[in-house]
Amino acid sequence: MADEVKGGADYPRETAQMVTALKHVPPQSFLRKHVFSLDHKVIGKQYLDLGLLAVTTGMVLSWIMRYHLAWPNGKLFWLGGGGIITPEYYLQLMTMHGTIMVFFVLTTAPFAGFGNFVLPLQVGAEDMAFPRFNMMSFWVTFVAFLVLVAAFFVPEGPALSGWTAYAPLSAVGSAAGPGQGMGQTLWAISIAIFCVGQLLGSLNFIATTLDLRTKGMTLARLPFVTWAWFITSVIGLIAFSVLLPACILLVLDRVAGTSFFIPGGLVISDAMQPHSGGSPLLWQHLFWFFGHPEVYIAILPGFGIISTIIPVFARKPLLGPKVLISCLVAIAFLSYTVWGHHMFLSGMNPLSATIFSVPTLIITIPATIVTLLWLGTIYGSKIRFTTSMLFCLGFVSVFISGGISGFFLAQPSIDSVLHATYFVVAHFHFVMGVAAMFGIFAGTYFWFPKMYGRMMNETLGKWHFALTFLGVYAIFMPMHYLGLAGNVRRYAAFTDDYMVSFQPVHKFITIAALFTGAVQLLFFINLYWSRRHGPVATDNPWEATSLEWSTSSPPPFDNFGGTHIVVHHGPDLYGVAGAKGDYVMQASAEPEPAPAFALKK
Amino acid sequence: MAGPYESPARTGVLVGILAISMFFAALTSALVIRQGGAADWVRFQLPSILFVNTLVLIVSSGTLELGRRRLGRDVASPSGRALLYATLGLGLVFLAGQIMAWRDLVAQGLYLATGPSSAFFYLFTVLHALHVVGGLIALAYVSVRVARGAGPSPLNAVAAAAMYWHFMLALWVYLLLVLWMRV
Repeated sequence: MADEVKGGADYPRETAQMVTALKHVPPQSFLRKHVFSLDHKVIGKQYLDLGLLAVTTGMVLSWIMRYHLAWPNGKLFWLGGGGIITPEYYLQLMTMHGTIMVFFVLTTAPFAGFGNFVLPLQVGAEDMAFPRFNMMSFWVTFVAFLVLVAAFFVPEGPALSGWTAYAPLSAVGSAAGPGQGMGQTLWAISIAIFCVGQLLGSLNFIATTLDLRTKGMTLARLPFVTWAWFITSVIGLIAFSVLLPACILLVLDRVAGTSFFIPGGLVISDAMQPHSGGSPLLWQHLFWFFGHPEVYIAILPGFGIISTIIPVFARKPLLGPKVLISCLVAIAFLSYTVWGHHMFLSGMNPLSATIFSVPTLIITIPATIVTLLWLGTIYGSKIRFTTSMLFCLGFVSVFISGGISGFFLAQPSIDSVLHATYFVVAHFHFVMGVAAMFGIFAGTYFWFPKMYGRMMNETLGKWHFALTFLGVYAIFMPMHYLGLAGNVRRYAAFTDDYMVSFQPVHKFITIAALFTGAVQLLFFINLYWSRRHGPVATDNPWEATSLEWSTSSPPPFDNFGGTHIVVHHGPDLYGVAGAKGDYVMQASAEPEPAPAFALKK
Repeated sequence: MAGPYESPARTGVLVGILAISMFFAALTSALVIRQGGAADWVRFQLPSILFVNTLVLIVSSGTLELGRRRLGRDVASPSGRALLYATLGLGLVFLAGQIMAWRDLVAQGLYLATGPSSAFFYLFTVLHALHVVGGLIALAYVSVRVARGAGPSPLNAVAAAAMYWHFMLALWVYLLLVLWMRV
């Protein structure tokens, strides 16, 4: 039986699936069905809903910051305290914006959200390998979010030390000023809890991909996005395992009187701090050893999402599939060798800076190859311009725009000039923030029919894309010029120095940010309206090949209606001459087509 | 990929071992940097009970391995089951021994915040003990499954729990060596 299909599941693997199936009886109660569900599809949606809540929160915080940057004397009375935004409050908004966006949006939505919903379907499993851990993973992450936002409601408010929480500012306690009391402690505890949630998630992704693949689903036949989630989970497993002890040390410095990160002889407000011998740089090393791979945790799922979607709408197999996967693995490996490039300004030995600079430049090679593979795939194809595909093309555009500035920043001599300016703000927002968001949008428009059994409105979607695309360029492109002109970042206002002359540009950016934010209402309306009123989706509305499109929309509780789906082909059979339609589904029993793909001309 | 004994539980434990290794590797690098960076590192004598505890943990690994093999031959083997219980007992003895080691340090006036060396001592031993508690919970769970004797075979779970437990021993020996050399 096992030898009939190449790479077929052997007996123990099938046993493992049957065990999962035995445990996997549909729940009846509301709580087990919708709240504490073990079903990966529900958990995936919960993660996406959490991401939506978080991104809305983070976006509103950015609007307040942008408003203040454009009109420093303006008052927002609904904020309380006379509506005045103090420099400290601005930094608190900045810290919370960064933390919420990086951890609770860019990590949860593309990786935990879509990954949870789609990965078990794409490997042909009935659920994740450890459904209970999976449920814990979500609820632990949710608690982490609550702990983080609780900081808004404690005396002196949330932390102001940035999403990177540099010590000693983050470690010395309330002596360091507003927000550095309970708010910063909550920050460190929240991130530690978040790490636990993501470790449980990564564990599940790895075990599911390795052990629960259905018959015929060899590693080579995994869809690219599942490869990307698998590689991301390996990165996450290592990165969060390092951030967790770092956060524990930070909490101990703050509440237990230890001195891991606080140096001796530190005087704050004329008071000598009761600490000795700690190393602030130790925090930076531990944080960035996590922090740089985190960039790839945010963006690799996006790579996978668009590498999966582009062939669907270009009706053409992806150029160089093995090269793509090799590049993803290379990026994952290299991501652990470059963390020092965030620390060029920390007083690091120039030789060390060069050592970190070289792999930073090298990592651009696989990233560039991947981009060329996407462009090569699109080249000469008859593109179906769905909203999802438009966001994929937008992804490629913003990834290139943001990636190119990375070439400059990788060099210590240039970075020391630009590091503290808006040039860096523009760079990471494009390459990590906006690109990852475009990946999330592409994924949402693509998998929505599978999630809810209904189609999203394409007209609204295309407006959403066009206006968002223009909006993000209007926001972030001018920031490059501001940075080159010496506009420092992290300042609450530019009122009485050489940066006053930049004020009109800041006003333009703020108007663009508010406009782009308002445009997202189109997305929200589409998302909620289509759940109930969108046209009913067929099983495979996009004529795609991977396994999730071989089951109903939405899939039944056990994913494939009690059958063990069998895989016969790779994921990329598009533009196949002689096939029914122009594609061959992975689960189709049709004979493997000849290797030459005859494109329709 | 698909070995004959592959199971998600085994993969899960292997992946968990990788994560826990990275966790303690990060702490070790923190210790090395913290010790090298400042002159406030004061060395102290490790409580001798740690060596007894190590012996207890080694024996517990032995009883578990023996139990696992007996259960592999006969899943209803009473001696196999007894060896599982013995491992559980020895695990508890180990934890009790670690508590005595902490009391020993307290008696010497060494607390968490006394200095960096004592801080790392508490950190390493407490975090390891928490992972041992996780292992005990896993062992208790597989013991119940073995005792019930119904449902799917518990052998994969026993093997996975055993792998984790042996790793706890290896991790402890590593941590003890680091502490012995540095603290």
